[in-house]
Amino acid sequence: MIAPRVWCFGDNINTDLILPGPYLYRSPEEQARAVFQSNRPGWVDQVGKGDAIVAGFNFGMGSSRPAARSVRACGVGFLLAETINGLFFRNAVNYGLLACECPGVAAAFMEGDSAELSLEAWTVRNPRSGAVLAVTPVPAQLLALMRGGGLYPVMEARGLIAPA
Amino acid sequence: MGMTITEKILARASGAARVAPGDVAVVNVDTAVLLDLSFLPEGWREVLKVHDPSKVAIVFDHLVPASTVQAATCHQTGRAFAAKFGIERLHDVGAEQGISHAVIADRAYALPGSVLVNGDSHTCAGGAFNCAARGVGGPDMLWAITTGTAWFRVGETVRYDFTGRLRPGVTAKDLFLHIAGTYGAHVNQNVEYGGPGMSGLSINARRTIATMGAELSAEFTIFEPDDALIDYVRARNAAKFDPVWPDADATYKERRAIDLGALAPLVALPDAVVNQSVPVSEVAGTRIDQAFIGSCANGTLDDLEIAARVVRGRKVARGTRFIVTPGSQAVFRAALRAGYVETLLEAGAVVTPATCGACIGGHMGVLGPDEVCITASTRNFKGRMGDPSARIYMASPATVAASALAGHIAGAEEVFA
Repeated sequence: MIAPRVWCFGDNINTDLILPGPYLYRSPEEQARAVFQSNRPGWVDQVGKGDAIVAGFNFGMGSSRPAARSVRACGVGFLLAETINGLFFRNAVNYGLLACECPGVAAAFMEGDSAELSLEAWTVRNPRSGAVLAVTPVPAQLLALMRGGGLYPVMEARGLIAPA
Repeated sequence: MGMTITEKILARASGAARVAPGDVAVVNVDTAVLLDLSFLPEGWREVLKVHDPSKVAIVFDHLVPASTVQAATCHQTGRAFAAKFGIERLHDVGAEQGISHAVIADRAYALPGSVLVNGDSHTCAGGAFNCAARGVGGPDMLWAITTGTAWFRVGETVRYDFTGRLRPGVTAKDLFLHIAGTYGAHVNQNVEYGGPGMSGLSINARRTIATMGAELSAEFTIFEPDDALIDYVRARNAAKFDPVWPDADATYKERRAIDLGALAPLVALPDAVVNQSVPVSEVAGTRIDQAFIGSCANGTLDDLEIAARVVRGRKVARGTRFIVTPGSQAVFRAALRAGYVETLLEAGAVVTPATCGACIGGHMGVLGPDEVCITASTRNFKGRMGDPSARIYMASPATVAASALAGHIAGAEEVFA
């Protein structure tokens, strides 16, 4: 899949930046409008559907709040980071945000690049530089959840929770 | 080849002979803890089936007593859910109120050798009890209560071996800030604590360190069991349990020794917890508007005791707000009986009911624009405790109390000299 535009973020992007505490009590739509309001005001108006976030180490450090849902709701097609915080990764799986670790990715992309991700080859390519990096494969059962919209549809289908 | 504590607990809970780094373990969950936030309408869904109500506990903590109509509504949803499925462990506003991780400690819900999930990131607090306790997301919690299971990626384990003993006035928070400042994040790794110095740390001290495992970004943070732990749990929970020690030939990513006697008080600079620790002297004199002691990390009786010791017979500086939030109402009552609450109040502190409160920038101590706070709690992220322009330093309860008296960041050395 091709991300038309890459947005670069640094290391240790925490969940208070992605989903600020006061917004925990707002609707998912309002939460999505608050993404990065402290560190990158206005980003939510600039990001386009299918764009990619490229980040450094420990993306999503912090809270169990549904920050991954907000990132997905902003239209982000996929997220690649040097490392992803374990709790954020769980939420990415469970809310259906495609998020993978990719050593070297932070240095290989500049803001405004596009990115071509292959989940068959587990690679990402930068068309500008021609660089191709290995993406760390996500275990099959977790990838299926990520790509299938997360846990809620599974729980609904099994009759564990009522449909929304 | 042997296994670490984490690997042994996950293997047992998944019915496997062994698990190793790289595996995805699907485990049976022994305890699933829901919070008031679990019942926020944008995450909660009507549950049609609960796997085993006796394995579920509900603790209202982020929004207690109800701070908004929405909070009150969350509580109503939670009460109705508990009643519908016969969930007896409901910690509502009242005598059994507290921050979930403090309640879990008070009641020893996190049994040694067991698996516990909770929809809050500081669930690793239960690691002090030799429990594989992990904070998970809202969907994970719905999955756990409806199926009785959870998935975990098995990571590599870093082992810390403690030797010696903390010097007077040096606390578990300083030990944590040393680890966070020296070794940084432990993403995708488990952290295990043991060694000959471990038993010299009180259970409450271990809770502080285990809780802060979330700030190390660790998967699991687990202490070895010892006699003090087993006695503590037996005194509070009649359930059977099976503590887990690591195999002698367990494989670690790294083993690190820490001499507790060599440590000194530290402060983490604002905006991040790891790689930010400096000696108190480096920031001493920084003016503060607010000092806070509380949260799942530092709302223990030990924390209130040392704060009371520092402020006894003295007064909070004019123009400085000193807010103390016990981790649970049970801790509050114990601190009251011990005289700590009176000492704190006489000094000019505000002692609030048990709640996540100021730590999460919720209520009872929110920071305004450009304010400066020193906190003994879990996080100093930008915007964490209120306005994003506020500056949050993190330190031990002793350093925070001494700073409240001074009106600027100050050490508590003279009290312990």
